[in-house]
Amino acid sequence: MSNLLDIENLWVRFNTRNGVFDAVRGISFSLGQERLGIVGESGSGKSMTGRAILKLIRKPGLMTADRMDIEGEDLLGKSEPQMRAVRGHRISMIMQDPKFSLNPVMRVGEQIAEALRLHEDVTRSQAKKRSIEMLAAVSIRNPERVYRMYPHEVSGGMGQRIMIAMMLIPNPKILIADEPTSALDVSVQMQVLEIMDKLVRERGMGLIFISHDLNLVSTFCDRVLIMYCGRIVETLQADKLHEAKHPYTRGLLNSLPRLDQPQDRLEVLVRDPAWRDEPSVSGLL
Amino acid sequence: MSGIVLDGLNVWFGEFEERVDAVKNATFTVPKGGSFGLVGESGSGKSTILRAITGLAPDWSGRMEVLGETLDHTRSRAFYGQVQMVFQDPYASLHPRHSVDAVLSETLQLHGFKDVDKRIGKLLDDVGLGPSFRFRYPHQLSGGQRQRVAIARSLAAEPAILLLDEPTSALDVSVQAEILNLLTDLRAERNLTYLMVSHDLAVVGHICDNIAVMQHGEIVEILSVENMRSRNVEHPYTKHLMASI
Repeated sequence: MSNLLDIENLWVRFNTRNGVFDAVRGISFSLGQERLGIVGESGSGKSMTGRAILKLIRKPGLMTADRMDIEGEDLLGKSEPQMRAVRGHRISMIMQDPKFSLNPVMRVGEQIAEALRLHEDVTRSQAKKRSIEMLAAVSIRNPERVYRMYPHEVSGGMGQRIMIAMMLIPNPKILIADEPTSALDVSVQMQVLEIMDKLVRERGMGLIFISHDLNLVSTFCDRVLIMYCGRIVETLQADKLHEAKHPYTRGLLNSLPRLDQPQDRLEVLVRDPAWRDEPSVSGLL
Repeated sequence: MSGIVLDGLNVWFGEFEERVDAVKNATFTVPKGGSFGLVGESGSGKSTILRAITGLAPDWSGRMEVLGETLDHTRSRAFYGQVQMVFQDPYASLHPRHSVDAVLSETLQLHGFKDVDKRIGKLLDDVGLGPSFRFRYPHQLSGGQRQRVAIARSLAAEPAILLLDEPTSALDVSVQAEILNLLTDLRAERNLTYLMVSHDLAVVGHICDNIAVMQHGEIVEILSVENMRSRNVEHPYTKHLMASI
């Protein structure tokens, strides 16, 4: 059986006044039915990778790849109207902040129903019924009431659960979550992640989890790609994160303060310019 | 002499039916040169305590004492020479059209210093930025560099107390380590008193000696960092927080 997603030699370039800026520099990876984490600092190209999978890189950005297949089917050759059938239906994406991704002048329930009606031929009343079921599935108490609410009336954690409901209702095969919890409180973070995890497992989906938080990723994913300056510097099994070998990964791990090991000064990451030019590690399965 | 004493502090917003009690009966003492942390989820009132001390929250009752002086509802200029605040998001707290030089010289002039030029050089050195950063604008700086400028601005008045409102939560972990080290060094050099707000227990445990845990506007538990490390906590909410790390 083929993988859900195979990407080879992906580049994302931006033409700027000062020459070409390479945001993603020739990375290759694949996604099976697993939870794949992509970790890196800001500017490492992790979000651009997520967007490139959906071909959402807008001009002046330019995206190229040798191969980009979803379940063995080519994505690169697809036209923009064909891509619209892929987005949401087969691959969907949860963005960082629900405040900016929900339509402020539309009731949340109607937005979820709209997502379903775009991809499936269902009646209005069926769409409403399934939307309410979906809201219940993301652990929202009193889903009928929430269905009628506007985005400004819901809290951040609830907003993100509504986004998860909206993204999962067309039953995609792949979910890309770009920092889904960094705008949320620590106490609701775990709750939102558990809901996402449960639904992804139940439906046998592939998850790409983009985050800057190494510890979160190691508890939540199966496999981790570590990105630096647009390249993958290391790939690891998530439970072996603490056996990481690359000095960049080690530096990131050591720079975290730890409650159980007090120290006077934290270790500061010393960046080696050679890391930038190292060849990208393949994340293919 | 104590750095900060709060005794039965209440802070509220709005009035009549719309009144929200953001902080209820907060009582704690930070010794001079000490470092105290406030943790809790958002909306628990931890930032509001900092805002009440600086005078940014007008409606409060109870008693607040800073460096031996009881605070009134208005703050004197001398107060801001003693107490300064560092905000969460360095992208939002620096004026986008003021260069680093303009930001620092304005602050220095407001506090009545004469040798502005010399002091700017010294401040930039202290926060680990060289003279080459002096005429840059915020968009020409990285997140960590901006937070260093914000710290330099707060140090310009030579305060004794720094109020830190999530100073590293907008930063990457590698940059967070640099800023936390800088804060540790500055406290040692200048015998500063810190009152720090964070949602990250590990960060608070690294910087602070004592920690207050807040929930729904109330302080539910005050514990020493040793007790937190050994997980010797009593309140169920603190246990819940500790379980997540």
